[in-house]
Amino acid sequence: MSEIKKIRCEEAISRLLEFLDRECDDHTHAEMDKHLSDCQACYSRMEFEQRLRSQLKKTGAQQVPGSLKGRIDKLFAGTVKK
Amino acid sequence: MTEETPRAFCEREISRLLERLYGTAMRLTRNPADAEDLVADTVVKVLGNLDGLQDRACFHGWVFRILYNTFNSNCRARSARPEDCFSALSRADAGGGEDFWLFDKLHQPFLLWWGNQEQQFLDQLEVEDLCRAVDALPNDFRIVVVLSDIEGFSYQEIADMLAVPVGTVRSRLSRGRSRLQRALWDYAQDAGLAPGSAKPQGKDS
Repeated sequence: MSEIKKIRCEEAISRLLEFLDRECDDHTHAEMDKHLSDCQACYSRMEFEQRLRSQLKKTGAQQVPGSLKGRIDKLFAGTVKK
Repeated sequence: MTEETPRAFCEREISRLLERLYGTAMRLTRNPADAEDLVADTVVKVLGNLDGLQDRACFHGWVFRILYNTFNSNCRARSARPEDCFSALSRADAGGGEDFWLFDKLHQPFLLWWGNQEQQFLDQLEVEDLCRAVDALPNDFRIVVVLSDIEGFSYQEIADMLAVPVGTVRSRLSRGRSRLQRALWDYAQDAGLAPGSAKPQGKDS
């Protein structure tokens, strides 16, 4: 891999969400890692985005109502192929 | 040891994924009754199409693809107005808009030693507040935010599910997240959590 260059905050911020998504190439990932180690302001921003995202994940799984569980059970039971 | 049949495998995996399928269906339909129907319709299609499952490792993505396709076709079938459907969003939001960072609004560097506005905001943010903000997103943005930020699919997986280029996923995600953060900023202001805003009068005041 070529030398990891220093990037500016503006560049780091523009790539931050893709970095958190693990969608950067290896070189960009390494540049971001280095910048986040060196820059406390961008590190705070990353922590905020990470925490916000982990809270957002909590909206994903929802308690399944009994009526739906019943429908799924019937589907499982009613369409069994011999 | 005999190998688990495709049918038994599907039933086990559906049972395991049910809360997530229902949660995603809730975010897509924004309505418990429609979410139930969407999940049930999805399960019917999955069970009726076991031959389509070539690779068990891909089951998770396959089921969510069926969920999305079912939602999309229901949306198109129900809507008398084509602008309510997914494809119209790119027109409505063609102008894009600049990135919005909630962090920039909340962060107060000079308060660092005795308070942290953005952490306080996150501490007070309820799941219901986030649900409302996600639900307020237009369909095209909502689906990519749900599939990426909530379900954790990669850009390529989402592009395959939605049958759109990866670049489209990237741009919808970027704009969806900006909109989501703007909605949360509005909430922060209304709830008195924004820097300089007054606490609203509540039952404890």
